[in-house]
Amino acid sequence: MFVPLLVLRNLFRHKLRTLLTALGIVIAIASFGILRTVVDAWYAGANASSSARLVTRSSVSLVFPLPLNYAQKIRQVAGIESVAAVNWFGGVYISERNFFPQFAIQAPAYLAMYPEILLADAERKAFFTDRQGAIAGRKLADQYGWKVGDAIPLRGTIFPGTWTFALRGIYDGADKTVDQSTFFFHWEYLNETVRKSNPRRGDQAGLFVVRIRDPGQAAEVSQAVDATFANSLAETLTETEKAFQLSFVAMTEAILVAIQAVSYVVLLIIMAVMANTMAMTARERYGEYATMKALGFTGAFVAGLITAESLGLALFAGVAGIALTFPLAAAFAEAMGTLFPVFFVSEETVALQLGASFAVGLVAAAVPAWRAARVRIVDGLRAVA
Amino acid sequence: MALPFSYVVRNLVARRLTTALTVGGMALVVYVFATVLMLAAGLERTLVATGSDDNVVVIRKGAQTEVQSGVDRIQASIVESLPGIATGEDGRPLVSKEPVVLISLPKRESGKPSNVVIRGVTTAGYALRPQVRIVDGRLPRPGTAEVIAGRSIAEGFRGAGRDETVRFASRDWTVVGVFDAGRTGFDSEIWGDAEQMLQAFRRQGYSSVIFRLADGSRFDAMRQAIEADPRLTLEAKRETRFYADQSEALSKFITYLGTSISIIFSIGAVIGAMITMYASVAARTGEIGTLRALGFSRAAILTAFLTESLLLGFVGGAIGLAGASLMQAVSISTMNFQTFAEIAFSFTLTPGIVAASLGFALAMGFIGGFLPAARAARMKIVDALRAA
Repeated sequence: MFVPLLVLRNLFRHKLRTLLTALGIVIAIASFGILRTVVDAWYAGANASSSARLVTRSSVSLVFPLPLNYAQKIRQVAGIESVAAVNWFGGVYISERNFFPQFAIQAPAYLAMYPEILLADAERKAFFTDRQGAIAGRKLADQYGWKVGDAIPLRGTIFPGTWTFALRGIYDGADKTVDQSTFFFHWEYLNETVRKSNPRRGDQAGLFVVRIRDPGQAAEVSQAVDATFANSLAETLTETEKAFQLSFVAMTEAILVAIQAVSYVVLLIIMAVMANTMAMTARERYGEYATMKALGFTGAFVAGLITAESLGLALFAGVAGIALTFPLAAAFAEAMGTLFPVFFVSEETVALQLGASFAVGLVAAAVPAWRAARVRIVDGLRAVA
Repeated sequence: MALPFSYVVRNLVARRLTTALTVGGMALVVYVFATVLMLAAGLERTLVATGSDDNVVVIRKGAQTEVQSGVDRIQASIVESLPGIATGEDGRPLVSKEPVVLISLPKRESGKPSNVVIRGVTTAGYALRPQVRIVDGRLPRPGTAEVIAGRSIAEGFRGAGRDETVRFASRDWTVVGVFDAGRTGFDSEIWGDAEQMLQAFRRQGYSSVIFRLADGSRFDAMRQAIEADPRLTLEAKRETRFYADQSEALSKFITYLGTSISIIFSIGAVIGAMITMYASVAARTGEIGTLRALGFSRAAILTAFLTESLLLGFVGGAIGLAGASLMQAVSISTMNFQTFAEIAFSFTLTPGIVAASLGFALAMGFIGGFLPAARAARMKIVDALRAA
């Protein structure tokens, strides 16, 4: 009982210093957690993808469309259940700053492939029966205060003109990994309008989402699809939805790597601060340590005392930092709106934060503990802080 | 009378480990702060330098990038015949009608695909961009499946190096040359013959029309002429403006993210400085009492401790900046959200960033040192001497 009490008393000898150090660790651990969560959010699309879905697009790049009649041919490939054409719309809502993804979809087929998009039956019916209808995610609707029945104008950047949609439904996600900030409308409506204004661009799909019967066959089915269109005017590239999403992540990898690197820099900073605290603390107490040694305590015991103090402080502050991460993440998600559609602190992040606080405590104690353990009794007693 | 500067310096030297750890913490914060600003500056500089003030880019109304845009042949010809366009050495108007598309190419190192801009150019296209120089190989012959690649692309992507072939649009294209565009956005593009590109990609129209103004100040008149013409559904922008707009979102994103990260990190470093300075004051209580008894004023004590803390900040800032300036050798290649295409840029250190970083470091030192210095200055002579 004596030893823990001694450690605790030691911690509170310099209340201000302990408080400041703890505050620093709380901030560092919390910001480490937020940065990790930002990186996780980047991968959200890939994590939410299903292994039963493939994406077929032009092999040249995403900006090249595929002819609509490919849908029929893809459907004939063995192992394929359903196909839906999808187009990226890239419209502007009022001003460029209001960015959110908009997709033209072949609605019945697409929504059947995405059971995680939850839509009330009445709203689903209303959406299917209205050609100019659209549905939006709950987060998106909340951000702009949309209600079912509202007219939503979008200025096309890829498809010229102003397009007005009637909001027929607001969807929820089956769980928190589902992106609830997307806007969907009918591909047929887009196609009809484009055919009238620019016939050459009609009957073209940006990509096809394909549902396969057996996820284990994804590789074979993908190859079969691509083989169907090999040496045609528009060759295709088929990959799993996850690989497709990851290819977007890979394009911005440099930024991601930077954020990850920076999340470790904050740990280094706090390690320096904490090591400084422990070094000062130990230096002030060399006399005491020498006295303890003179009384018969071993060097290892003294080193253990310093390590325990350092670990205790780091872990206590670390846990407080973890606790702070959750409200901070919620506030950050609120402020970012639809930019990070999926934003939550994962268990892995919490485990890493705990590990980081442990490491900070251990590293900070290393040099002072080693020095104190080796200090000669005579030198220690003579030392002046 | 003020305390000598050497007194301040020696105090820091006397506690080497503590000083080093505090300075190290600050240096890391300044390093992050400076590199982020350098990244944003590098991106802006690359894209701003891409444009030339007398060049005008004409794209379809509402389109934000050349890839999204479409200009059919009739519209392109109308623009081409507008008065006010400069003529080249060969006596023909300096107009380039260009198809611009994105293709996905695997990166040389990781093999992961990324989007690369392919631009079809004409002879006038080279005249419009004098910064583009062939550094290896030669220009493509018109009417052939030959292309040239920008330096960043040639280095970063498979098949894009000299004498290699890239396959797109069901054809193999030979890279006959590598060009340097003086660290502009064109370094991240592949260029080929415009008509060949149109055929290969089965396009009926161009993506953009670029021309040089005969008189740079007549831009507004030209723009009105284009935008008021009922046959044209196009808009005109100065090339500088056009490319600067494209850097906006990404550089804002980098700046916002970086500044908020640095500010949060700086709290940690300020706390470090505060702990050090409080300890420094506590350890020298007797000394402070002696100094006061000798006649040094409270202001002198306050100044000395503040100087000590500012010096910590300054040294930390200088080390952080030195580290950051090494980053200038590194170039980054990532996707620009707005154009959806790969863009290479390098960390760029500007005088503004140096000033901002040092200011930031000094501010950290000041905030960290003020309270401890005030405590030292407020000490009563008798108490301080007794504490020793």
